[in-house]
Amino acid sequence: MTLTRFPEVSARRRRKDKLMRGLLFLATGIALVPLVLVIYYLIYKGIGSWSKDFFTSDPNGNFLGYPGGIRSAIIGSLIIVGLATLISVPIGIGVALYLTEYGKESWYASVIRYFIDVMTGVPSIVFGLFIYIVLVLGHVGGGFTGWKGSIALSLLMLPIVARSAEVVLALVPSSLREAALALGAPRWRVVTRIVLPTAASGLTTGSLLAVARGMGETAPLLFTTAGAFALTANLTQQMNALPLQIFNDITSPRAVVVQRAWGAALTLVVLVLILNVIARLASRRSRLA
Amino acid sequence: MAPTTTVTVARGRSVLERSPGARLPDQVLRWGLTALAAAILALIVYFFIRLIGESHQALSQFGLSFVFGNDWDVSRNIYHGAPLVVGTLITSGIALIIGVPIAVATAVFINELCPRRLRAPLSILVDLLAAVPSVVYGLWGVFVLIPKLLPAEKWFASTFSFIPWIGGGTVTGPNYFIAGLILAIMILPIVSAISREVIATVPPENKEAALALGATRWEMIRIAVLPYARPGITGGVMLGLGRAIGETIAVVLVIGNAPVIGSHLFTQGYTLAAVIANEFGEAANTPIHSSALFAAGLVLFVLTLIVNIIARWFVAHGHRRPRAGDLDVVVEAQAATIGEIG
Repeated sequence: MTLTRFPEVSARRRRKDKLMRGLLFLATGIALVPLVLVIYYLIYKGIGSWSKDFFTSDPNGNFLGYPGGIRSAIIGSLIIVGLATLISVPIGIGVALYLTEYGKESWYASVIRYFIDVMTGVPSIVFGLFIYIVLVLGHVGGGFTGWKGSIALSLLMLPIVARSAEVVLALVPSSLREAALALGAPRWRVVTRIVLPTAASGLTTGSLLAVARGMGETAPLLFTTAGAFALTANLTQQMNALPLQIFNDITSPRAVVVQRAWGAALTLVVLVLILNVIARLASRRSRLA
Repeated sequence: MAPTTTVTVARGRSVLERSPGARLPDQVLRWGLTALAAAILALIVYFFIRLIGESHQALSQFGLSFVFGNDWDVSRNIYHGAPLVVGTLITSGIALIIGVPIAVATAVFINELCPRRLRAPLSILVDLLAAVPSVVYGLWGVFVLIPKLLPAEKWFASTFSFIPWIGGGTVTGPNYFIAGLILAIMILPIVSAISREVIATVPPENKEAALALGATRWEMIRIAVLPYARPGITGGVMLGLGRAIGETIAVVLVIGNAPVIGSHLFTQGYTLAAVIANEFGEAANTPIHSSALFAAGLVLFVLTLIVNIIARWFVAHGHRRPRAGDLDVVVEAQAATIGEIG
C-alpha cells in the first residue's frame, strides 16, 4: 500500500502567506501607537500640573500669575453628568423594557428600535443645537444653564443606554419569565422582580459606559451650559465642566493655561477610564453569560 | 360522583382571573412604556422641525448655493457653504483611507491569527481608543501631532509635489491631513469593533473547508472570512464615516478654520461641524449668520442620517451567502501545485 503524497504548498504561496500575516500583525501594532502616544503625552505633560492647589482652586481668569485650578470644572462635570444620568438611564431602560417585554417584533417596536439605532449616529453637536434652539433661544428658565447641558447630554446618552439595555434584557431567559407568570405573578411584578434584578449588572455596565461617554463630550455643552469660572452647584446658572475648561484653555496664548489644559485632560481621561473599568468589572459579575 | 371540573364563577368572571383593579398596574406599565417610546420619537421629530425652522432664513436666501456655492464670507454676510462641505468630505475621506485598512486588519488579526489568550486584552486596548474624549484628541493634535509631523509633511509635499492636490503649496501647521489623521484614530475603534463582531460570525465550516482544500492561513482569510464578512464590515465603515462627518471638537482645533476650499492636502480648511462650534459665539447677534450655522447643522444632520441609514442596512442584511466559485482560487492553486510536481 502506497501513501498518496500531498503536494507541498508552493514557495510563492507560502511567501505571500507570511507577508500578509506580517502585515496584519503590523497593522495591529500601528493601531495601538496612538493610544500609547496619547497616554504617554497626557502623563508626561499633565502630571506636572497636578497639585493640591490644582484640585482645590477655581480658574480665576487673571492675566498674570497662577491661573487657578480645575475644582469648579470637576464639580460642574460631575453635577451636569449626574443629572444627565438621572434623566437618561431610567428612560433608556424604560424604552428597552418596552422593546423586550411588550413591543418585541411588532412594527411599532421595529420603528422605535431603528430610530434608537439612528440616534446613536447623530453627531453630538446636533443635540447641542437642538437644545440651544428650543431651550436657550426660547429662554426657558434663563439663557445658558447647567441643566440644559444635562438635557443635551442625556439625549446623547439615551440611545447608548437603551441599546445596551435591550441586548442585556433579551438575554434574560424566557423560562424565568414564564415560570413567574405560571405561578400567577402579574407582568409588572415579573418585570420588577425577575427581569430587572437578573439583568442588573448588565444594565449597570451599559449605563456606566454611557456616563463615560457623556463625561467627555464638549460640543453639546458649548451651546447649552457655555462655561464659567466660579464654583457653583446651581444648575440654573452657567456652569464649568472639564471638557469646556480644556477646550477654552487650549486656545490660550499663556503657557501656564495650556499646562492646566494638560492637567485637566489627564484628570478627565482618568475619570473616564475609572468608569470604563468599573463598567467592565460589573459585567464580569453578571449572572448572564 | 363525577369530579367537578367547573370553576366557580363569581360575578361573571373566573376566580382565576385577576380583578380589574389588580390588572391596573400592568396596564399602566405597558402603556406608560409605549408612550415613553412614542414621546422620545415625537421629541426628536419636534427638534428636527425646529432646526428646519431656524435654518429657513439662510436656506431661502441662498437656496442651493448654500451647499454648492464657494463663498463663505462673514463680513459680507454671504454664506455659500461649499468650502465646509468639501472640507467635511476631504477629512472624512482621509479618515477612511487611513483608518479602515488598519481597523479591518486589526479585527482580522485579533480574530484569526493572534493567540487566544491575547484576544481579550488586545480588543480592550483597541476599544480604549474610543474612551479618549475628543477634546483630548484635539489637545494632543494641537500640541504634539501638528508640530511633530510638520517636517515630515513638508518633506512629503515637496518630494511628491508633482502629484496634484498633494504638493506644490505652502504646508500649514493645522491642515486637512492632520484633521483626517485624528479622525482616522477616532473611527478606528468603532470600525474595528464591528468588523470583529462580524468576523466572529463566519461559520467555522467555511474556514475549515478552505483549510482542508489546502489553503494557507491568508488564503483562508481571503476566501472564507473576508467575503462572508464584507457587508457587515461595510456597515461598520459607514458608521465610522458618520462619526467622522459629525466630529466637531477635535477637528475645529486642528483644521485651521479657513473658509476656503484648500488647494492641496496640507492646507487649512473648514468643516460643517467646525464652523458651527467656531462661529457660534460671534453669530449670536446676526440673525442671518446664526441661521446659516443652523443650516450647516441641518446639512450635517441630514448627511449623517443618510450615512447611518445606509450603514444600518448593510449591518442588518448581514452576511452574504457563500457563492459557488468562492473556493475556485484554492482549487486552481491546488491544480497549479499538482502541475508543478507533475
